[in-house]
Amino acid sequence: MRHIISILMENEPGALSRVAGLFSARGYNIESLTVATTEDATLSRMTIVTSASDAVIEQIIKQLNKLIDVVKVLDLNDGKHIERELMLIKVRASAAHRDEMKRMCDIFRGRIIDVADGSFTIELTGSGHKLDAFIESLDTSAILETVRTGASGIGRGDRILKL
Amino acid sequence: MTQVSNPNDKQETSPQFTGAEILIKCLHEEKVEFVFGYPGGAVLNIYDAIYQQDKFKHILVRHEQAALHAADAYSRSTGKVGVALVTSGPGATNAVTGIATAYMDSIPIVVISGQVPTYAIGEDAFQECDTVGITRPCVKHNFLIKDINDIASVMKKAFHVASTGRPGPVLVDIPKDITATLNSFEYPKTVEMRSYNPITKGHSGQIKKALKLLAEAKRPMVYTGGGVVLGNAAAELTQFIQSLGLPTTSTLMGLGGYPATDKQSLGWLGMHGTYEANMAVQECDVLIAVGARFDDRVIGNPEHFLSRPRTIIHIDIDPSSISKRVRIDVPIVGDVKSVLADLNDLIKSEKPVQNTAALAEWMLQIEVWRAKKFSEFTLDEKLIKPQQVIKSLYEVTKGDAFITSDVGQHQMWAAQYYPFDKPRRWINSGGLGTMGVGLPYAMGVQLAHPDAQVACVTGEASIQMCIQELSTCKQYELPIKVITLNNRYMGMVRQWQEFFYENRYSESYMDALPDFIKLAESYGHIGMRITDPADVEGALREAFSPKLKDRLVFMDFITDQSENVFPMIPNGKGLSEMITGKES
Repeated sequence: MRHIISILMENEPGALSRVAGLFSARGYNIESLTVATTEDATLSRMTIVTSASDAVIEQIIKQLNKLIDVVKVLDLNDGKHIERELMLIKVRASAAHRDEMKRMCDIFRGRIIDVADGSFTIELTGSGHKLDAFIESLDTSAILETVRTGASGIGRGDRILKL
Repeated sequence: MTQVSNPNDKQETSPQFTGAEILIKCLHEEKVEFVFGYPGGAVLNIYDAIYQQDKFKHILVRHEQAALHAADAYSRSTGKVGVALVTSGPGATNAVTGIATAYMDSIPIVVISGQVPTYAIGEDAFQECDTVGITRPCVKHNFLIKDINDIASVMKKAFHVASTGRPGPVLVDIPKDITATLNSFEYPKTVEMRSYNPITKGHSGQIKKALKLLAEAKRPMVYTGGGVVLGNAAAELTQFIQSLGLPTTSTLMGLGGYPATDKQSLGWLGMHGTYEANMAVQECDVLIAVGARFDDRVIGNPEHFLSRPRTIIHIDIDPSSISKRVRIDVPIVGDVKSVLADLNDLIKSEKPVQNTAALAEWMLQIEVWRAKKFSEFTLDEKLIKPQQVIKSLYEVTKGDAFITSDVGQHQMWAAQYYPFDKPRRWINSGGLGTMGVGLPYAMGVQLAHPDAQVACVTGEASIQMCIQELSTCKQYELPIKVITLNNRYMGMVRQWQEFFYENRYSESYMDALPDFIKLAESYGHIGMRITDPADVEGALREAFSPKLKDRLVFMDFITDQSENVFPMIPNGKGLSEMITGKES
């Protein structure tokens, strides 16, 4: 099953490789990984999306907790949560197709953030499924370039991952 | 007249030390007795500081791998943190095998590695490697010091992390320029890490549940591991087993945690464990695992293991050891010593009613298995049986020696025929299975216990992987007895090739062996070759006699080439699917 794991860790050099190394050494899969510092500059927050059986997820959480730089780990799937991913996508937008591309962007609540001769760059936020759906709705030849951040997640309401 | 101030007056009043001196002071604060190491460019400042101190002794090895093994064995035999010091680049990469060996067996060591100066890092400088990156997967934690102000706090953390929770090696990488700059020194008294707080106390509800299950069990069984030895819990374990009258078995790493010569002990279990221990663990209805981790060499195929219904209780300090290979019914996360003490208190206060009739019947069943005597071997008149050498070694040393071993058949025979009654006497690489550890292990043990009898049981293949350390042994006059079971084969490889590859002995024959007597003599030691079974005991008595008390004796026992280790659980099979060697 797909799980979103949130990690609070010391903002130390090498901390990211400890997590990435753990996943590769133990054969766990990573669908996406995002990391950035939090409002407290000594802490980084990482979101890892992985798919595994319940037993393996349990091991992943335990192994993450075992890393000395890891302060707290939360499996967001243990409760209600929200996930968002950002995609920047550059699409062909020749004169004949500009209106259609603009409409498609509006339907998905995207924003055109760069306009050039023959292309738009669209910013789109949502769940991974929504971003997938947008890509699928376009003709592949219309897509020039995509970049996705991977999912970030947060618990709903009172579920707070903090020190 | 204007006052001219001396620039020195402006300096802080606290005395200034170089980074290297600060590092050495940290080792003094940690009461380090020995540092095992090898100098090189990046650690010259540190070695200069070592030259000017006499609080710990530096042991100069002949290869960095041996420094790690010796520090590791020093720790295994004393319970204290071992310390090794290596230079950058090849010094660090040579150390990796030793670090990984310690990591797999959860041995607390602190490794200090030199690094190229901070300004040269990343420029492919001479003897530069990414030591922190290379060692990351085989250390409990590692640090790269980039600021002289961090030396003391990092060293404090390194010793703390290495020795608490589930122990393990910690590496500290120090660039050369950091060891040359000046700073004041203050060693932190305490250490606080928000991200590292190992649990020690077991959950009382779980402990109660465990005791109830054990009391009601019809066929209870105790299975103990290296955690009992590492956690100094032998006394608590012994009290626990004896107060409930439970049968017990140990892993290779846990030997000595409970007296092997006691009747409650079924010997050790696993791939080459005793028939009775393997059968009892397979057939029990309640199993309590104490500081053990259900690894592949211990329980074999987990599916076969789980094909028998039983309730499993697991005490371990590392939550990730629980339910890793086998689902656990009653997990107890905590320090084994503390949890066993709580269990013992509970037994005293609650006086649980045990199912004594069922337990008596179970013990009878165990005796039936034991009576099959699958662990016995037959002496030969012409050829020395390897088991005979170990049995004689046990008798000659009255079962009270420190035994280190290398890896292979001789390791299994040493563990099978030298029953250990005390913890920290059996020193071997159980997890990583590193050939070459035996001699450097013996060095670490002998230095820590100068008056003890220390024997290194090895094979003619393993010993050659760190043979250069005979020179270190001479320098420090370590009177180790090297017991080489020389069968002219990588015995365990040959055994697998005989069983599973139709006798195709691919590259397992040790050709062109050196004359070990001359080799030992060239290093200034005594060499003996023993070829006749009738001479085994006499030769051992001579080697361990007061006359040779201060000498390293290299004993080359020419043994039966065809001998195999039994019982054996073939790879992928289950505990009760042993080949006993007595099949007709």
